[in-house]
Amino acid sequence: MSVPHRVYDGHPRQRPLTARILAATARRVLEQLRHDHRTVGLLLAVPSLLMGLLAWMLADQPGAFDRWGAPLLGIFPLIVMFLVTSVATLRERSGGTLERLLAMPIGKLDFLLGYAVAFGLAAAVQALVVSGLSFGVFGLDVAGPVWSVLLVAVVVALLGTALGLFVSAFASTEFQAVQFMPAVILPQLLLCGLVVPRQALPRALELASDVLPMSYAVDAMREVLVSSQVTGAYWRPLGLVVLFIVGALGLGAVTLRRRTP
Amino acid sequence: MRDLTVERGRREVLHGISFELAAGSLTGLLGPSGGGKTTLMRSIVGVQARVSGSCEVLGAPAGSPSLRDRIGYLTQEPAIYVDLTGRENLRYFATVLGAPATDVDRVLAEVDLRDAADQMVREMSGGQVSRVSLATALLGRPELLVLDEPTVGLDPVLRRDLWALFRRLSDAGRTLLVSSHVMDEATRCDRLLLIRDGRLVADDTQQGLLARTGAPDVESAFLALATGPPS
Repeated sequence: MSVPHRVYDGHPRQRPLTARILAATARRVLEQLRHDHRTVGLLLAVPSLLMGLLAWMLADQPGAFDRWGAPLLGIFPLIVMFLVTSVATLRERSGGTLERLLAMPIGKLDFLLGYAVAFGLAAAVQALVVSGLSFGVFGLDVAGPVWSVLLVAVVVALLGTALGLFVSAFASTEFQAVQFMPAVILPQLLLCGLVVPRQALPRALELASDVLPMSYAVDAMREVLVSSQVTGAYWRPLGLVVLFIVGALGLGAVTLRRRTP
Repeated sequence: MRDLTVERGRREVLHGISFELAAGSLTGLLGPSGGGKTTLMRSIVGVQARVSGSCEVLGAPAGSPSLRDRIGYLTQEPAIYVDLTGRENLRYFATVLGAPATDVDRVLAEVDLRDAADQMVREMSGGQVSRVSLATALLGRPELLVLDEPTVGLDPVLRRDLWALFRRLSDAGRTLLVSSHVMDEATRCDRLLLIRDGRLVADDTQQGLLARTGAPDVESAFLALATGPPS
């Protein structure tokens, strides 16, 4: 005998976004971070010390610290936020809190954007400290305004958060999640134009670098380095990074399933 | 619930389960671990994938968005944030549910955890952690409470208090489905569902079950049903 199918099949009548829930989620993620003093310390100290090390290494080569330091200000937040987010959301998935939340009236965007807002704010603080030290103490010098450096850092941090949310779906342990960092970030680091100019790469790799978001983050940072005017040459690559963020968040939303086996 | 069947991987783990829960009743879901208790509860809450058959909850198909603030679900493993305090956890979940802020203190009182509420969950004892998780399920006064092993690992005094709480909630009109693998907790329930290997082997009151099997207690009744022919 066939029974009429009366199990709800998941058409999205849940509102995807509720400001109250999004804000509460961002606040909760920041509360978790606030309780973890050592992580906060590492978030601020590690990139600062690395920038200091770089400045020291390149002290005898005029202009070299500017060329290397500015793009790195846009790469640190990507690596750090990618790691933090992939581990944090993996914990949500494996610890049952994600399942509990998704049984409640929370929209998937509330969850994703709650993380993005919280880690975006954390990244803004990190960028302020690291670039403050880089410009004020280590002698970094760029042609463009300081705010344009900070904006790239925050946008890149959001990219790291969005990618971290997505890949956490493919890891079942924290060991695996951490392994995704070299897998996802290192190829981008090699191909982004920092090691070899992108035009000088073999054609296939140049094409690959065209579809990797870090390339555009570095393009935007390079533009800040050489141009005192903030023009389309800055906004265009930054806009592309934003598109990558939207894409990664969309993929992340697909991995948030209310019903799981 | 009619003819509910669930597949996990290539295996069918629940085979055509049918029953109804009366509003305001306190029902125990008993059976050995691995028998399908959790899968059954997840199906009712609407988080289980690959469910067929019919499962209607509070007048809507299981998993409907309209049910998400009407069911309180306690997972077997405590599903709370260990890097927050108990109160911070509850405040967050209360906001998600749209429950009033005063609910946090109410549920803390109900699970008798007011003193430890501001401790980090990571530093709490196992019993305290599971009570924070239970308190979360009570937020917003849900009409249906689905509680997966709420008393496991708790001391006898606390277990007695929690069953008294479940009784009060049911007296107040809430419907409760409480699972346990401890058979003696059956005495606290209006009705018992015994589940084994994905099949419902009994759906009866405790008295009815004992009368039918002629067994002195629920444990022996379960043994009689599990080894005898399915009823």
